[in-house]
Amino acid sequence: MTAVTTADRGPAPLAAAEGPAPTRTVVAYGFWIFLLSDIIMFSGLFAAYSVLWRNTAGGPDGRELFDLRNVFIETACLLLSSYTCGLAALSAEHRQIGRFFVLEAITFLLGAAFLLIEISEFAGMVAKGAGPSRSAFLSAFFTLVGTHGAHVTSGLLWLIYLVAQVAAKGLRPPVLRRLLCFSLFWHALDIIWVGVFTLVYLMGAR
Amino acid sequence: MVGADRPLHERTPGVEAEESRANVLSYTVGFGLAVILTVMSFVVAQTNLLWEPGIPVGLVVLAFAQIGVHLVFFLHMGSGSDNTNNIIALTYGVWIVFLVIAGSCWIMFNLYANMM
Repeated sequence: MTAVTTADRGPAPLAAAEGPAPTRTVVAYGFWIFLLSDIIMFSGLFAAYSVLWRNTAGGPDGRELFDLRNVFIETACLLLSSYTCGLAALSAEHRQIGRFFVLEAITFLLGAAFLLIEISEFAGMVAKGAGPSRSAFLSAFFTLVGTHGAHVTSGLLWLIYLVAQVAAKGLRPPVLRRLLCFSLFWHALDIIWVGVFTLVYLMGAR
Repeated sequence: MVGADRPLHERTPGVEAEESRANVLSYTVGFGLAVILTVMSFVVAQTNLLWEPGIPVGLVVLAFAQIGVHLVFFLHMGSGSDNTNNIIALTYGVWIVFLVIAGSCWIMFNLYANMM
């Protein structure tokens, strides 16, 4: 039995011509698969809402409940925080740590503002007797919008944890990869919000 | 022998320089387009700029355009070679989302129509 050397194997298979993918690419791919599964879960909630949105059981409908001015402010907060989150990821790559902290702080404040507006909207609806148990329309509404809000909440907690990690460990490659995953998560939440404000608020308020 | 000294097909993943294609300009262009599309959605929904029955269709078109902008400029779903797998997964995800939403609406609205 002869020893097998690299030369004996002949040329590498075509797919491996450039060598294995960088860890950054592999990690982003894995996290992207998770995000797609999350989006598929949301598609179930979107489907339930589209099927149930006329079933108000004699209770209030979207025209009476939704305030588009609030929704516009929420949308602006989330979009702007997506932008500052992207810029923060860039400054982390360029090792501009001061800029990174400022941009992530803005991202956090905008996300928190979004959440506060949403919570006050929910509280106002429940106070008016339009809670999730009032009608099938409201059950579907609170489940869909509430699940998105829960994602934003966990994103904010994750952001605090990551910023603390950067402060403690510096911008090492593993920390940078976690930041990449967080950016993907935050941008994906904004994509889901586009679906929410179009389907739920803009179409429901007409 | 570590990292870049090895033959290409034996390299440990992660030894290459970690560079992304993103820059401030691409985020700013994406942000500008997203703002324009968002404002258009809110204007279309609250005015009679579009023909009344066409408004939902217009809103859906604007939403898809904005999702496309987010994917390209924020999530960097470009045409780079290391993006092929991401795009394949995305295509499959979009297909499942379409099946779940369109399938539910198709079945349930048929059911409602037949129960009237």
